[in-house]
Amino acid sequence: MNLATLSAGYLRARPLNTALSLLLLALGVGTIVLLVLVVSQLEERMHRDARGIDLVVGAKGSPMQLILSGIYHVDAPTGNIPLAAAQALAGHRLVKRAIPLALGDGWKGFRIVGAGHEYLEHYGAKPVVGRLWVKSMEVVLGAEVAARTGVGVGARFAGSHGISGQGEEHGAAPYDVVGVLGRTGSVLDRLVLTGIESVWQVHEEEHGPQDAQDSKGLEEDREVTVLLLQYASPLAAATLPRQINSKSELQAASPAYETARLFRIVGVGVEALRAFAIVLIIAAGLSVFIALYTALEERRYDLAVMRTLGASPGRLFGLLLMEGLVLAVLGTLIGLVLGHAFASGLGAWLEAQRQYPVTGLEWRAQELWLGAVALAVGVLAALLPAWRAYRTDVSRTLAQG
Amino acid sequence: MISVRGLAYRYGSNEVLRLADWNVAPGERWLVLGPSGSGKTTLLHLVAGLIRPAEGELEVAGENLRELDGMRLDRWRGATVGIVLQSLHLLRHLSVRDNLRIAQYLAHAPQDDARIAETLGALGVADKAARRAAELSEGERQRVAVARAVVNRPKLLLADEPTANLDDRAAAQAVELLLEQAERHGATLVVATHDSRVKRNFERRLDLSA
Repeated sequence: MNLATLSAGYLRARPLNTALSLLLLALGVGTIVLLVLVVSQLEERMHRDARGIDLVVGAKGSPMQLILSGIYHVDAPTGNIPLAAAQALAGHRLVKRAIPLALGDGWKGFRIVGAGHEYLEHYGAKPVVGRLWVKSMEVVLGAEVAARTGVGVGARFAGSHGISGQGEEHGAAPYDVVGVLGRTGSVLDRLVLTGIESVWQVHEEEHGPQDAQDSKGLEEDREVTVLLLQYASPLAAATLPRQINSKSELQAASPAYETARLFRIVGVGVEALRAFAIVLIIAAGLSVFIALYTALEERRYDLAVMRTLGASPGRLFGLLLMEGLVLAVLGTLIGLVLGHAFASGLGAWLEAQRQYPVTGLEWRAQELWLGAVALAVGVLAALLPAWRAYRTDVSRTLAQG
Repeated sequence: MISVRGLAYRYGSNEVLRLADWNVAPGERWLVLGPSGSGKTTLLHLVAGLIRPAEGELEVAGENLRELDGMRLDRWRGATVGIVLQSLHLLRHLSVRDNLRIAQYLAHAPQDDARIAETLGALGVADKAARRAAELSEGERQRVAVARAVVNRPKLLLADEPTANLDDRAAAQAVELLLEQAERHGATLVVATHDSRVKRNFERRLDLSA
């Protein structure tokens, strides 16, 4: 028997009030935990994926769409640009590095990306099984792709047109899996990678049999989808985007600017949810306050009896405070578990949709703050009831009873 | 055990209760008599250190209560005085055992289940230890309330109207219990009552109606 078990006893004696307070607090804490986890993980991952990429060049359209499709591979591409234009840009003196990508096909919901080996080097990806592609129609799988599909080296599959995996299959041009990449924590984990010429070959075969004479003409028509650029000097940021955007068929978009814009747009929703969660936590505080305060009336005699048994007013104060604290600790713990469970559930759903991944198994420093705030709410809500308990007039209360 | 000299208590701002001088030796059994409103309960609360006198001397169990500060007074009460209240006031949602345990806890005494079992056994309610206080019969609650008052072996056992609302047989039993337990623990017993049925059990009486 101590203050904590005694408090727990009183809380158990009012199961409905206790459950309501716990529910409100847990939902508020859980919602904020979910927001913190999702937003911080998205930000971290998006920054990691965009690291070292200063500019994305592609076909005209929405600049955000260009970033989402070119770097993060979550949106449809804006279109294609001529290979010649891309090569000209790659040779520009303000460009340090240029990585062309050819998109358009998918397999089981994962995207097939045609690229050079430098795309893998950029993210520090290396095969853990097998090797990189050397010939056309050889592919390596990102770690997540291999894990989710269970496919490994030696397998052969046909991609389908369009990234949704619902399009027609390119049955005539199957891919051979020659390697599986190690996990990088970047967008590469969710991609199927091959040489650019594989993507060209798949689509050329769609347009009929290819012969030696045609291939020269096709060379000139060849296209890539996006070009990822790294600047040679800070000066490039001032001039290069404007130069590119002035050309009629090209569009340049800055990942830093577009992701900041994206988070501003998403931020409105996040802020609204956060405000709602804060309202929940305040409601939880009120619920704790009302429960303790109304219960004081029926507990007057109990408190007075405790005084006759030797309890000091300070102990009665502590008892009420402890009840607020027990509610706050329990509510916060349930909220943390809920928040992480929600995040895990959301992560599983996003993974099934082949979307940006989120996990509930990570912890953030903000959660400590959140815990401290929730405890403070519990203590604050209990202060006034505790003060009334402290001031209990034993003699008068007993004389009335 | 109790020494009262020139004691006065002030209700609110102007209503003052003056109490006659009173001496109680250790081990004595006293009845405090008087109609309601005569100050029986006030005297009991003064002796228990629940309220403070406005003037006069008040010495209980060797302590000058006017000199003890709040915390020390509470500790002293927990360790020295056992109180049985008219309405018993068990903590309804706790078990019988926990009602005694909390008396040990609040008095800063060690929590001793053997002592609790022994105390309940002496009052014939050992088999009710695990029951919630709210589930007990009136007679059982009476016994548990006495058990809670004596579990810390107080030097002074106070009872406020222990027989009010009881029929003759139950009232006789309640008084019997108090006398028996005071005897068993060597405690001084003071019972405040306006119930004339109780009189024959006590030789020493303080009558406040005078």
